[in-house]
Amino acid sequence: MGYHLNFALIWRHFDKLWSGLILSLELAVVSIGIGCVIGLALAVAYVSGNRLVRGLIAAYVEVIRNVPLLLLVYLVFYGLPTVVDIAYSNTTSFVVTLSAYAGAYLVEVFRSGLDAVPRGLIDAGRSIGLTPGQRLLYVRLPTMLRIALPALSNTFVSLFKDTSVASVIAVPELTYGAQWINFNTFRIMEVYLVVTGLYLVTGYAILIGLRLLERRYAIGR
Amino acid sequence: MPIGPPLLQIQNVQKSYGATQVLRGVDLRVAKGEVVTVIGPSGGGKTTLLRCVNFLESYDNGSIMIDGQEVGYRDVAARKRRSERDLARMRAETGMVFQLFNLFPHLSAAENIMLGLTKVRKLSRREARDKALHWLGRVGLTDKADRLPSELSGGQQQRVGIARAVAMEPKILLLDEITSALDPELVGEVLDVVLSLAAEGMTMLVVTHEIGFARDASHRIVFMAGGAVGADAPPREIFAADQPNERLRGFLGRFTAAHRL
Repeated sequence: MGYHLNFALIWRHFDKLWSGLILSLELAVVSIGIGCVIGLALAVAYVSGNRLVRGLIAAYVEVIRNVPLLLLVYLVFYGLPTVVDIAYSNTTSFVVTLSAYAGAYLVEVFRSGLDAVPRGLIDAGRSIGLTPGQRLLYVRLPTMLRIALPALSNTFVSLFKDTSVASVIAVPELTYGAQWINFNTFRIMEVYLVVTGLYLVTGYAILIGLRLLERRYAIGR
Repeated sequence: MPIGPPLLQIQNVQKSYGATQVLRGVDLRVAKGEVVTVIGPSGGGKTTLLRCVNFLESYDNGSIMIDGQEVGYRDVAARKRRSERDLARMRAETGMVFQLFNLFPHLSAAENIMLGLTKVRKLSRREARDKALHWLGRVGLTDKADRLPSELSGGQQQRVGIARAVAMEPKILLLDEITSALDPELVGEVLDVVLSLAAEGMTMLVVTHEIGFARDASHRIVFMAGGAVGADAPPREIFAADQPNERLRGFLGRFTAAHRL
């Protein structure tokens, strides 16, 4: 027990952590945004598609969900450029990977949400003469979003935490910043305590924000 | 008694779910301005018949015509279904009110009414809102225009449901057990709205368990059991002491017995 906590060095390099946190949030927001587009498009394709379409989407979802994110990051960043002639920065590579990863999880969230839209609401849409496209746009999707909101919040927070994986390919996000400070100051405990606090506070803030949104848009019974 | 060519003409309609035949050749006519009530035991095919009239359910055989147009098929003999777009256009001609209200939960009372007016009838938002407020006024809910369905009582929700259907100016209104899910003290306010519409000449096909309402409000009562029409007559004859249909007499007897409890 000869270890004395000393945070002074951490505060001196806090700008590394702060810019890391900002980048983590940016990675999360962009990947979640792209993931939502993928997830929504594929969920709609799934519920209105034939068996082939469903099979392909299910395969995508299962592959992504059963392979560790870390491995996907390696595959896209180190593996892909060796077989196809593309070059991209480590940040772009990670955004591509996390977006595809987010998409797979969000397909499931949106698809089960669409399934949970009460049949009677679709009947009501039909009975006033809405076409299938109008029913999707004005009845099924808005209802689905409200049903899916709690599951969506959890997925968003998970994806925010998953941005820490980007440190393995030297994307200068929060965890990478922590490693940098660790290697340069050897204040292991201090830096990881501070970073844990940052993830905790940010993740919790996101969750609270989304919970407020849920309450605002909750479907009363 | 209104006279005229039938606005709704159902001929020999049959429908099965797998091996179970739920409609066994139903014939029914509703003239313009007429209120026809369908009563009968649960599982007798009443709701299925109603849902066939706006093609929420398809029918396997027979024909359903509204104003001379076949509802679900562009070629009845060949059983060629109308396109979805065509079906949507046909469905806009019939209004439906549901047992469980089925209001769009994310839209206010006024917006529930406006959706069909703007997207199907292509009214401007302003015209649609005016019309929605007019009909909300008719059902006594002007002050609830901007409330979400979850903020309304069951009776209020159902009145919005009626306003949503009627605002589309349908040729015929289909009411599917619209008071069955309501607390008893809320039934009256909903039936009052229906009565006022009937008084204005709205054509209606009503499935109901409110026998008293059927007797007082309808021009004709149709008794359905086992997927077929067992009786089709004015209320006076249906309730006559010497009603020849034994099954109907039994049904009405059980009903009055249950009501005395």
